[in-house]
Amino acid sequence: MNAIIVDKLTKKFNGFTAVDELSFNVETGELFGLLGPNGAGKTTTINLLSTLLMKTSGTAQVAGHDVAKARDSVRKSIGVVFQDIALDIRLTGRENLEFHAMMYGMGKAERRARISEVLRLVDLEEKASMLVEKYSGGMKRRLEIARGLVHRPKVLFLDEPTLGLDAQTRRHIWDYIRKLNREAAVTIILTTHYMEEADALCGRVAIMDHGKFVALDTPAKLKDLLGGDVVSLEVEGNAAGLEEVLRGLGWIKKLKLHEDVFSLTMERGERRIPELIQTAQGLGIIVNCVHLRKPSLEDVFLHFTGRKIREEDMGQNGPFGSPARGRGGRS
Amino acid sequence: MAISTTAIYVLWLREMKRIMRAKSRIVGALAMPLFFLGFLGLGFKRMVVPGMSGGVQYIQFLVPGIIGMALLFSSTMGGLSVLWDKEFGFLKEIMVTPVSRVSIVLGRMAGGMTTALGQGVMILIISMVGGFRPRGIIPLVLAFAFMILISMAFLGLGLIFASRMKDMQGFGIVMNFVIFPIFFLSGALYPLSNLPVYFRILTYVDPLTYGLDGLRGALIGVSAFPIGFDLLIMSSVSLVMVFLGAFFFEKSENA
Repeated sequence: MNAIIVDKLTKKFNGFTAVDELSFNVETGELFGLLGPNGAGKTTTINLLSTLLMKTSGTAQVAGHDVAKARDSVRKSIGVVFQDIALDIRLTGRENLEFHAMMYGMGKAERRARISEVLRLVDLEEKASMLVEKYSGGMKRRLEIARGLVHRPKVLFLDEPTLGLDAQTRRHIWDYIRKLNREAAVTIILTTHYMEEADALCGRVAIMDHGKFVALDTPAKLKDLLGGDVVSLEVEGNAAGLEEVLRGLGWIKKLKLHEDVFSLTMERGERRIPELIQTAQGLGIIVNCVHLRKPSLEDVFLHFTGRKIREEDMGQNGPFGSPARGRGGRS
Repeated sequence: MAISTTAIYVLWLREMKRIMRAKSRIVGALAMPLFFLGFLGLGFKRMVVPGMSGGVQYIQFLVPGIIGMALLFSSTMGGLSVLWDKEFGFLKEIMVTPVSRVSIVLGRMAGGMTTALGQGVMILIISMVGGFRPRGIIPLVLAFAFMILISMAFLGLGLIFASRMKDMQGFGIVMNFVIFPIFFLSGALYPLSNLPVYFRILTYVDPLTYGLDGLRGALIGVSAFPIGFDLLIMSSVSLVMVFLGAFFFEKSENA
């Protein structure tokens, strides 16, 4: 069963194509990531799927409803956590949730039960009666995630859920996201420009650039596209002899020898290191140093676009762009 | 396009909670009209204003004008408050809910109207404490009807501007070039017959002119046009404004 079916979805703003004939499916229960630099079209894609923007062409279905024709049915089936905080800071945490639940037509008893349930999920029970004005950034985010879940959506959109949060808070948010994907069985679409976030959370990742997907697969498979891990061996002794033996091993995809240092490309490098050392020792060669490098999604992005994701960020906001403004931009 | 009473109620409730928590805002919103009333009323107390029907004191003339002023400013701000929600992102939260846009507009209007009418009534009460005497209960009810119509018209106007504007940048322009002219051309502070002819034409296209005239007719029994005529014009204008406000709000993309 697909929670989301997108076919040639396109959005143009005054001639600028933000989303360019995008086609993809997301399965029910999946945790799907949209990864790309600012301005890649991630937020526009989310806004199209959550009915906030009207498409220029193409079709999209969310939870079985067409986003252009059955907007209210789509709205009932989804929860959205926006990139920018979208809370009423003059209300308390609980009042924000109450407002939301009432807008979704939930009855009083159901509302009360569900609100304490989601508050518990994000550990905000004790702060629920505080004005949101006084919340920290991480608390606001958690409240928003809770709010996105109040009406039991089938699909939850998280647009840059950890942007601007410190490393510790980010890890907490990741735990909440995993928990609700697992326990509440919600399909989650998440956008991010943090490589490690997509890697840590998503079952599948679409790498987006200039309104298009340049790659779409599991993080592991995407990284495998690069040929696997790189193991470096620094040896003492007959390096040429070892090279001959290593070239005979089928699982080494690439071999480079520079002075005494071998660079070997292989899959699952951590499992091969003992064998490499034994082989070397069998030939009477001493291994002085071993280094294992796993490719990151950063490498994958570089591979597909020829750029680093951070360079793009700089180009978008400029060195003088304030972070607050940068967050407001379409991406 | 179903109208959800729950949604209207919860949007109204949100507005009430916000207002109740911002007491300084209530005081601030009442201060300007009361200053106008106090200083102009006292300053021009002994003045005979030409163009005014005999026997009407300036302060009597001024009270309905100041009530209209409070309604004008408060209602326009109520409509424009959509911009605040846009700025703080909360509008997206509202727009992504499965509630018809009409209900959202009605909920906002209910909240804005309660606030505006609350202010208008408070000013009326304060003036009554200060000696202003309306003509009776039925005229008060009629005056209240005019207050509702004025509020509706300018909530609609505020909503039109809010839907056409991206952020709060244009706020000052709307205030200075739309709201203040509407205020000064409405005859809130002086009889319009004192204005030169070419200005008087502008006063006839200012909807607040008819709202104030009706309010004055109801409260002090003196009006430039027949009250029925004021009521007819004001009802049509407010319906059109509300309709246009809802139309533009519906059409605006809020992502």
